Amino acid sequence: MKALLVERSLPRFAAARLVSSLGGSGTSAGLGPLRLTDVDAPELPGPGWHRVRPLLAGICGSDLATLDGRSSRYFEDIVSFPFVPGHEVVGVVEESVDAGLAPGTRVVVEPVLGCIPRGIDPPCAACADGRVGGCERVAFGHLAPGLQIGFCSDTGGGWSHAGLVAHRVQLHPVPDALSDDDAVMIEPTACAVHAALAAGVEPGDMVAVLGGGTVGLTTTAALRQLATPGALLVGARYGHQRDLAGELGADLAVTPEQLTRAVRRRSRSFESSGHLSGGADVVVDCVGSADSVAQALAMVRPRGRVVLVGMPAKLTLDLASLWHREVSLVGAYAYGSERSGATRRRTFDIAMEVVAAAHLGRLVSARYPLERFEEAVAHAGAAGRRGAVKIVFEMHPRSPKGPAS
Amino acid sequence: MSPRPGFVLDVDRSTPPTLFWHGEGFRLERLPVGSRVLYAPEPVDPLDDPVAAIREALLHPLGDAEPLPALLRRDMKLTIAFDDVSLPLPPMRRPDNRQLVIEQVLDLAAEAGVDDVVLICALALHRRLTEAELRHILGDRIYDSFEPHGLLQQHDAEDPDNLIHLGLTDHGEDVELNKRAATSDLLVYVNVNLVAMDGGHKSVATGLASYRSLRHHHNARTMQHSKSFMDQHRSELHTSNWRMGRLIADSGVKVFQIETTLNTDTFPPQMRFLERREWEWSARDRAAYIATSAALERTPDRLARQILHSVRSPYRLTSVQAGEVEAVHARTTENVYRQQLVAVEGQTDILTLGLPYICPYNVNSIMNPILVACLGLGYFFNMYKGRPLVREGGVVIMSHPTPWAFHPGHHPSYIDFFEQVLSETTDPSDVGKYEEAYATDPWYVHLYRTGHAYHGVHPFYMWYWCAHALEHLGGVIIVGGDRAAVRRLGFTPATTMADALEMASDVVGPDPSLTHLHSPPLLMADVS
Repeated sequence: MKALLVERSLPRFAAARLVSSLGGSGTSAGLGPLRLTDVDAPELPGPGWHRVRPLLAGICGSDLATLDGRSSRYFEDIVSFPFVPGHEVVGVVEESVDAGLAPGTRVVVEPVLGCIPRGIDPPCAACADGRVGGCERVAFGHLAPGLQIGFCSDTGGGWSHAGLVAHRVQLHPVPDALSDDDAVMIEPTACAVHAALAAGVEPGDMVAVLGGGTVGLTTTAALRQLATPGALLVGARYGHQRDLAGELGADLAVTPEQLTRAVRRRSRSFESSGHLSGGADVVVDCVGSADSVAQALAMVRPRGRVVLVGMPAKLTLDLASLWHREVSLVGAYAYGSERSGATRRRTFDIAMEVVAAAHLGRLVSARYPLERFEEAVAHAGAAGRRGAVKIVFEMHPRSPKGPAS
Repeated sequence: MSPRPGFVLDVDRSTPPTLFWHGEGFRLERLPVGSRVLYAPEPVDPLDDPVAAIREALLHPLGDAEPLPALLRRDMKLTIAFDDVSLPLPPMRRPDNRQLVIEQVLDLAAEAGVDDVVLICALALHRRLTEAELRHILGDRIYDSFEPHGLLQQHDAEDPDNLIHLGLTDHGEDVELNKRAATSDLLVYVNVNLVAMDGGHKSVATGLASYRSLRHHHNARTMQHSKSFMDQHRSELHTSNWRMGRLIADSGVKVFQIETTLNTDTFPPQMRFLERREWEWSARDRAAYIATSAALERTPDRLARQILHSVRSPYRLTSVQAGEVEAVHARTTENVYRQQLVAVEGQTDILTLGLPYICPYNVNSIMNPILVACLGLGYFFNMYKGRPLVREGGVVIMSHPTPWAFHPGHHPSYIDFFEQVLSETTDPSDVGKYEEAYATDPWYVHLYRTGHAYHGVHPFYMWYWCAHALEHLGGVIIVGGDRAAVRRLGFTPATTMADALEMASDVVGPDPSLTHLHSPPLLMADVS
């Protein structure tokens, strides 16, 4: 059955990097490491495993980075080739090895391949604590290396008619109230939920969010619903992104160039050497570029916190201000479980609530069949410029919701 | 031959295209037949001997003032305040009027043995001047005699140690002034009265005041009740300043007012075509126009700006008055009107304006979109006496590139005002809700006091300056402007004058009347 496959091919990665650097993100799909091919359905690895037929699978910024040849080499040992991409997946259970979820159950996939899916017992400290995003064993166990489904050669991924396999602990039944578009937004929203909670926002804090793509908008929604910022300011490049940010709870949505000035006004700060004397209590960087991190450092207050949610690669940065102003720079990757007082909740459960409350299915801008993957990837790479947010593949088109583009 | 008065041309088929200023360039526009074009009066004859005229004014003051020498004594504290770089426009050739006047005041002070003399540039909330600008206004001799000793100061409206609260007017308006000026035995104020708005009690009550004082008359309500603010007797702006001026006098502050007027000889010989009526252009004028336009068009914006801001006007002194404030100002106003007033019959549906590269607040700087609005709707719209040139519900069409560009050093709060305030509201009465935050923003205060930045509240004042026009008009169109910037101002962008006229007719109806204010040189319409 047809699937999109990424193979380890240095020439193809090099070509992708060159083309995308000239033409922009997503423009190298035809030349890069991705190709449409026939694959066999992945085998069920063992007890607890299910076969899932994807309905919708999103194109994530991390997917684009891979296809553009821009991914950090850090990931080389925690992925395994060839792999089928696609980790933002809503699908239907087709079979399970034992008495698991009933066939036909609509599920979203929590793609992180932690200790339990890998059959590692006892689990690492992070997995034992419910923080699967921090799993220390993503390259080990009975599966090939792969930090997530969609980067592992054994599990398959969402961009496939052949389906994927996932462990029971990775599957979350989707309430009927959520549409497929809502459901495919649960995984990115879970990242946003984790980031919003990792940001440690105190009531009344000024929070600035850099970026108006999927990560920026879902993070805005999560911050509005899960924290009580005194002011939530968003810097988004495109008008539709700013409009959405406002609808999702931003007090002010401006261009990234204007964001630092907006933060300065609110904090009544001075400026010195391009940095604010005061600034935002928390800056959430949903872009992950050298410029965005530098801007975040310029507008966070001394002893404030910069949360890096957008996936960065190799950056060149001047960290003098971080040192001098004692700023905390923290990463926020994936999800697992979140502590709230004495209780813990699965991040995906919280994300479902955020998606439902904020109607985040509206962020799905276009659906493409796998066969049109070059157009889909190009659309995703230029989503902001083309007035879109989230681009998804649709594996089994159904009548009620045609392509939204 | 005596200079010709102002002129109202009725455009017919033989009328050549009309010159419009367009920022750092020009446009020639063919106006519809039947349009009117208002031309400024030719420059009135200047004073033959300015130095003697100044001396005469100081020795024979107006009103109940004593001659200046009689007011000077050895042990006194004397402060001489003077208008800042916002006047005149373009800056005049050396020597500036202020230099000529202050030199004579200082000579008289020296003769009287006055030792304690301080010069203060009356900035109000404008930016501090650079050394070059001060030298240009005062001349090197005065600058070098005073500045090194700290005796040449620039008014700091945010210096709590150098402000004094004199009291409240009977309308509850705070009067807070520069302490040195207000506690001097004599305050001499030296004006350049470029337009009828300048001078009178406004000189001290505005030029040497603090924000606490200025906010009482620099607001939307006052400006909506100033029709126009160029006509003192119908201007709430002036009424408020006059109340303050009288309180200042009642508080014991002794002001000796000196006002000077200029003719309309605005541009140097190579740009003289700008002062001439197009059908009278000589071959040399046409060549100068073509050469200047072509050169400016090919020149990068920044360089074109530098070139034009280096223009020095050959303005000449037409009168000087000294003495008691109100008596002086009444005579000054007559002299301004003598030079600038043009009788116009009836209003128009559409008023067109060609906006130049300079206004009072962008000398040696960038004309940002807020200043474009202020120049057109604040200054030019208000250059009337009697009734506005354009009827209520009419349309103003302005020609200017209106770049989305700001001078970060001079206009930092303008950037925020444009991004934050105007993106939410363009209603002058509504923008006031942000005023205090900007006025008290410590960063803006810091930049105003230590750099060359306009005060944080200044963009609000520019917008309030537009309040009367915005309330009166049915629409504002900018031709050839940056579309996003024009829209942010709340106006309508148009590519060509023809497009603009088409759009305007949607507001004012078909076959509208049109009047073009051919300015600068400055003129003031006396509309019957």
